[in-house]
Amino acid sequence: MKKIEINPMTRLEGHGKIAIFLDDRGNVDNVFFQTVELRGYERFLQGMPIEEVPRTVSTICGVCRCVHFTCSCKAADAVYGVEPTPTAKKIRELVLNAHYVEDHCAILYALGFPDFVVGPTANAAARNLIGLVQAVGAETGKLVLKKRYAAVKVIEMLAGKPIHPVAILPGGWSKQVTEEERKEILELSKDMIELGQLTLKVFEDVVLKNKDYMDLVTGDVYKVVCNYMGTVDDKNRVQYYDGTQRVVDTKGNEIGRFTGKGYLDYIAERVLPWSYLKMPYIKPIGWKGMVDGDGTSLYCVGPLARLNAADGMDTPLAQEAYEKMYATFGTKPVHNILAYHWARAIELLNAAEKVQQLASDESITSPDVRADLGTPSEGVGIIEACRGTLIHHYKTDDQGIVQEANLIVATTHNNGPINVAVKRAAQHFIKNGQVDEGILNLVEIAYRPYDICLACATHALPGRLPVQVDIYDSKGELYKTLRNF
Amino acid sequence: MSDWKPNIVVFACNWCTYQGADLAGSLRYDYPSTINIIRVPCSGRVEPEFIVAALKNGADGVFVGGCHPGDCHYKEGNYKAIRRFILLKRVLTSMGIEPERVRLEWISGSEGKRFAEVMAEFDRTIKEIGPNPVGRDGNGR
Amino acid sequence: MADKLKLAYFLSGGCGGCDMAIVDLSETLVDVLPNLEVVFWAPTVADVKYKDLEAMPDKSIDVGLYSGMVRLGEQEHIAKVMRAKCKVLVAWGICAALGGIPGMGNMHTKEEIYKTAYFDTYSTDNPDGITPQTRCVVDGKYELTLPEFYEYVRPLNQVVDVDYYIGGCPPHHSFVGEAILAVLQGKLPPPGSWITGGKAVCDVCKRNPATQGEGREPITAVKRTIDGAPAEGKCLLQEGYLCLGPITQGDCGALCPKVNIPCRGCGGPMPGVKDFGLRAIAAIAASMENEELVDQIPSPVKLFYRYSLPASMLGRKVK
Ligand code: SF4
Ligand code: SF4
Ligand code: SF4
Ligand code: FES
Repeated sequence: MKKIEINPMTRLEGHGKIAIFLDDRGNVDNVFFQTVELRGYERFLQGMPIEEVPRTVSTICGVCRCVHFTCSCKAADAVYGVEPTPTAKKIRELVLNAHYVEDHCAILYALGFPDFVVGPTANAAARNLIGLVQAVGAETGKLVLKKRYAAVKVIEMLAGKPIHPVAILPGGWSKQVTEEERKEILELSKDMIELGQLTLKVFEDVVLKNKDYMDLVTGDVYKVVCNYMGTVDDKNRVQYYDGTQRVVDTKGNEIGRFTGKGYLDYIAERVLPWSYLKMPYIKPIGWKGMVDGDGTSLYCVGPLARLNAADGMDTPLAQEAYEKMYATFGTKPVHNILAYHWARAIELLNAAEKVQQLASDESITSPDVRADLGTPSEGVGIIEACRGTLIHHYKTDDQGIVQEANLIVATTHNNGPINVAVKRAAQHFIKNGQVDEGILNLVEIAYRPYDICLACATHALPGRLPVQVDIYDSKGELYKTLRNF
Repeated sequence: MSDWKPNIVVFACNWCTYQGADLAGSLRYDYPSTINIIRVPCSGRVEPEFIVAALKNGADGVFVGGCHPGDCHYKEGNYKAIRRFILLKRVLTSMGIEPERVRLEWISGSEGKRFAEVMAEFDRTIKEIGPNPVGRDGNGR
Repeated sequence: MADKLKLAYFLSGGCGGCDMAIVDLSETLVDVLPNLEVVFWAPTVADVKYKDLEAMPDKSIDVGLYSGMVRLGEQEHIAKVMRAKCKVLVAWGICAALGGIPGMGNMHTKEEIYKTAYFDTYSTDNPDGITPQTRCVVDGKYELTLPEFYEYVRPLNQVVDVDYYIGGCPPHHSFVGEAILAVLQGKLPPPGSWITGGKAVCDVCKRNPATQGEGREPITAVKRTIDGAPAEGKCLLQEGYLCLGPITQGDCGALCPKVNIPCRGCGGPMPGVKDFGLRAIAAIAASMENEELVDQIPSPVKLFYRYSLPASMLGRKVK
């Protein structure tokens, strides 16, 4: 096998990296998806007052603008041994749901739809926000952006800053909601619901009505069989802000439930010598390696995982869409990863409906936004970030100064499944040493549904995870390098 | 390392410590040659930036001398100085600089002997802890 | 405008928030797009590769926005390429300008960060005591490489010359709009300056005692935001909540004090200030009533240097 190209390895270091190894016949032997960055938040949070942590960890990701913020404060509640006041809880939930609306919208329009509008296998020259605005026309573009902005406005109104918000406090919220604000939010929620409906319709028109796409969505190439995890309420319906973590296996059977510190009984993270990102697995099953299928210890989080791990949605319009999705596949759980986009659209609508519900509740303006705090010690916060379960765990001294911190972000949970997805796609598309640039896109499609949020793990926005694919021949010699950046 | 001599910067208030230094000189109380005195109008004028700039540019120790409480010509200058100094010292300590490298004392114009003693003591302290880790290339590296 | 303004954007070691601040312009974004030709926006928005940027003629791009701090060699490389290709290079957001929150990593060594991430954290399962390796062989046959984890975070101007700085974590989208307009109309301050309205957060804060006909008194308590609610409409600093509004550029419109939360300085220092943290130390300490109060301030480095440690005079923990 001849070496065609060797790219000097200097400076090719950011972002994601995929290493593909070929066997003697030029078929795929093994694939590794490597994450190549580490920022050390867990270390430098040490020594900070716990109430300063939410606004600080928020900068782990500017796309997930509200999630590290909310999650770390739930952990801070637990550190102080308090429940937030009912009003504060409603405000937090409202802000988180508004964030779901704007984030899911950004991801779908900047990342999910272009794949299908342009075509999944076409080269994605216009697969970006600007391209999409051009494709759908300025008016439609404006409409979507305007409706999305309604959600951004709600975040700023209640949380202080639209990106990296600040208004959260252990046990509460730093400001009351005024009646004018409540009314305005209620008004804005109409825009959000319309956005949700519009988005589902776009998905149906573009994807469901196109047989080729449906073959791809329901086919076996983009399929990863693993366990799923998500938050549910007492009726096992999808929740984002609070509830119980439910874990289901590859067949959809519940295999575990936990809250708070219980995560340590269910999740362990394997350190890998070849990636800066650890690889979590389900602890009671035990480390079974980087493989999917029945009995695997890998699990998935995120929109599809949440829907798979639950029995339904808690709002009427979203529930309707939920039923439709599972009826289309005719099975549950759905292991087809392109359905992540569908699940995302359903959640967008669900979140918009919840914003409306919460803003309809007049008691959200009541003044009891701060709870009395106990003596700080240790606590865990769990929420569903848009991209999946997020866990923050802190230990403080008796002054509330952080001594230890542990964070597990959504992309980390999905590390294993992403590796499997990429390997499967590579095995399918690379045959007899035939490798060309088009492969790159097909492999990209395998990880894009997870929306490897990117900033959380590697700092990039939805749209393009900059990734380099290194292909090695059977002797371990670099055979070809492909990159999308 | 044996021939290493510390480089010590002293910010001395014009109304007290600076005169104390003068007095020490005229009374022939010896103080170490490692001391470089910079005259300032008041200890309250010594910005945290000055102290860090000195450390960054190769000082192994920085000393601030001001008027005794109640004696500051600008009333509040020395009170301001000590609050800033305490806070700065905490910050420098967390940043890996030994707290003993920076010191603030009240030394009046009549305390020539004390000036010499305090300087000798500070010089000893700095010799014990050794060269400033910030280094002398002025680059902080 | 006859010619479109050629724009390049690079997200370096940031969080994407500075990009989202542009997306949050929403309708305004769609309106300004016709005036812009986005020649490069990596790695997020446009499908232009690094090598395409490298191939562009020098100084062929009107404005380059660089967001995020510099930690990796690749980021340093693109900074240099951006510098060569762009007539005007802007450090976009506080990470690029001063290092930002990730810059607090400069308080710790690589060994400390590794120890926390791969050994000490509760859920870590590391039976063989391994850490990620720049080179390793898996299953005896797959040789994999990882880039070196760099020791320190640097702001953009420690790597290349910077023409303008813009503060904020991220800059508020309304200010992003103003800044883009200023660029489009060529209304820029002298090179080397911050793009700012020039007012402090206090100047635009409704809580400012001066606007209520009151003077400032010495501070008599040190409070954390958990220590009870601040009085309605009163200055947070005056009440003891250590608000950094007096030394911070107020282009955000005092967003944090508006919701009863003290400013932490993400807007960047007022013009002329070299070291934000040291200036903050001076201002806050001087306004305290006595020395005991100064000792009560928790974790001063991570308060005063929250956004600016790499750009400070010392830059990082000395040893
Ligand atoms: S300045 Fe703030 S918003 Fe911008 S990249 Fe840095 S952390 Fe993110
Ligand atoms: S110190 Fe803070 S609260 Fe007080 S006026 Fe300034 S910005 Fe407003
Ligand atoms: S008030 Fe301060 S911390 Fe808050 S957004 Fe404005 S500059 Fe940033
Ligand atoms: S005049 Fe000497 S300290 Fe102020």
